[in-house]
Amino acid sequence: MQKATLNVSRIRQDFPILKRKIKGNKTLVYLDNAATTQKPIPVINAICNYYMNYNSNIHRAVYQLAEEATLEYEKTREKIAKFINAHSTDEIIFTRNATEAINLVSYSWARTNVEKDEKVVLTEIEHHSNIVPWQILTQEKGAKLEYVGIDDKGYLNIEEYKKYIQRDKVKLVSVSHMSNVLGTIMPVKEIIKMAHQKSIPVLIDGAQSVPHMPVDVRDIDCDFLAFSAHKMLGPTGVGVLYVKREILNEMPPFIGGGDMIREVHKYDTRYNDLPYKFEGGTPNIADVIAFGAAIDYLNKIGMDKVREHEMDVTNYAINAIHDLKGIIIYGPSDVNNRGGVVSFNIGDIHPHDLATIMNDHGIAIRSGHHCAQVLMERLDVAATSRASFYIYNTKEEVDAFINALDEARRLFRI
Amino acid sequence: MSDDIYREIILDHYRNPRNKGKLSNADVSIHDNNPLCGDEIDIHLKVEEDKIKDIKFEGRGCAISQASASMLTEMIMGKSLNTVKDLTKEDILENIGLINLGPARIKCALLSLKVLKLGMIKYYADKDPPSAMKLSDDTKLY
Repeated sequence: MQKATLNVSRIRQDFPILKRKIKGNKTLVYLDNAATTQKPIPVINAICNYYMNYNSNIHRAVYQLAEEATLEYEKTREKIAKFINAHSTDEIIFTRNATEAINLVSYSWARTNVEKDEKVVLTEIEHHSNIVPWQILTQEKGAKLEYVGIDDKGYLNIEEYKKYIQRDKVKLVSVSHMSNVLGTIMPVKEIIKMAHQKSIPVLIDGAQSVPHMPVDVRDIDCDFLAFSAHKMLGPTGVGVLYVKREILNEMPPFIGGGDMIREVHKYDTRYNDLPYKFEGGTPNIADVIAFGAAIDYLNKIGMDKVREHEMDVTNYAINAIHDLKGIIIYGPSDVNNRGGVVSFNIGDIHPHDLATIMNDHGIAIRSGHHCAQVLMERLDVAATSRASFYIYNTKEEVDAFINALDEARRLFRI
Repeated sequence: MSDDIYREIILDHYRNPRNKGKLSNADVSIHDNNPLCGDEIDIHLKVEEDKIKDIKFEGRGCAISQASASMLTEMIMGKSLNTVKDLTKEDILENIGLINLGPARIKCALLSLKVLKLGMIKYYADKDPPSAMKLSDDTKLY
């Protein structure tokens, strides 16, 4: 295990919320980063700065404020294109969140490409956002939805995957890059290669991977990639859809309205160029601009370092709880194959009860089905507790979490 | 604080629930869950002369939801439906001794009452309730 080199105490100074007290005098220990991350001062300032100094609508007006706003908005697009190594900013579409990004693919691309009896292939680890859009689509089209199974650690059987992909009539493969419950990192490069041999496009749900590890769309060669700003230091209300240009060229628009048009007549419209064709209406200007500040922040640290730090903290946490009486840890035990997400159950303490006890210690962990009920059924559990880490989490915080876990075991006499 | 919530009596009802199981000759059976956290409760009722002759529940979920269901069955066993229909959120919280549950957990405590109310609506759907009884179809408790 490589030694983490992040200057975490320095980083923590950039996150005012980490000084907050909970339940009177307990310092916040925020371990729900798979749900959303906290925001550093530069991101918060970017929002303020836009509203205080150059608030205006983008892409149309010719006065200075609008020019500045347009420039800053488009700068974020450039930063994102670079961040994931896209060929061009034309391939970067802003949405509200990763969910809307997946829905955009479903409503635009899939609606024109998936026919009756054709198939969309998912896996059992998917988040609801990568299940429900495909149910809506396949029900509407009379198409089929298929799930590739996983083993108890959340690993895919790649041979089984191959069988699914090689069957006839598979039109799309959609898979999460990293499980939000198990942390399992999926072999997306292999999956994409297999799918492309059959000319099947692949959508990667990068909501959990893009914030936590380097993701290079040209290296993995995905056709679609969806992720959310708020899970990577950015504000809520901004998501990204990357689409390969040659596919995007053929896609019909998603939301009709202003900004996505070139010219509108009574009965027909010529649509705008890429990527604006897919961004109808006034977008979330302030938050897109602030997302640019979040990307800058992550770039300054380096995504390799982010990943290293999370592996270090995750490893420490898993080792610390591993031998507790009655503990079940879900997902891979080797941190090389998992992200900084640790789901577990202990004795007969229900996750909601554990989360309540943790909250009394100022510790925020998640409990429940984590929007992955298909996976929970597969694991045969109703709910799990989940601690998930990011760049500002420390081993001392893991220790506080362990102490609260001890307190829960005392209360429940385990 | 947690010490007040996870008292002996709550843990006892959680681990040794009263009236848990199926009811073979139930007049009405109802299921509901908390969509956000996944707690589940089924209630089975045997009714005789508008009184609860027997009640059983099944379920899975947190200590609060399951203990609350167990304690509710004890509270209303043998009671007339006319009394039961007026049970309030406060009655339930008092019954389990958790007056100050926060908004996140109160749903857990009240799930069984919600299911019971749904059950009564279902039970009277095809029969006339006693004349004195006004059944509200509002099961929203929080």
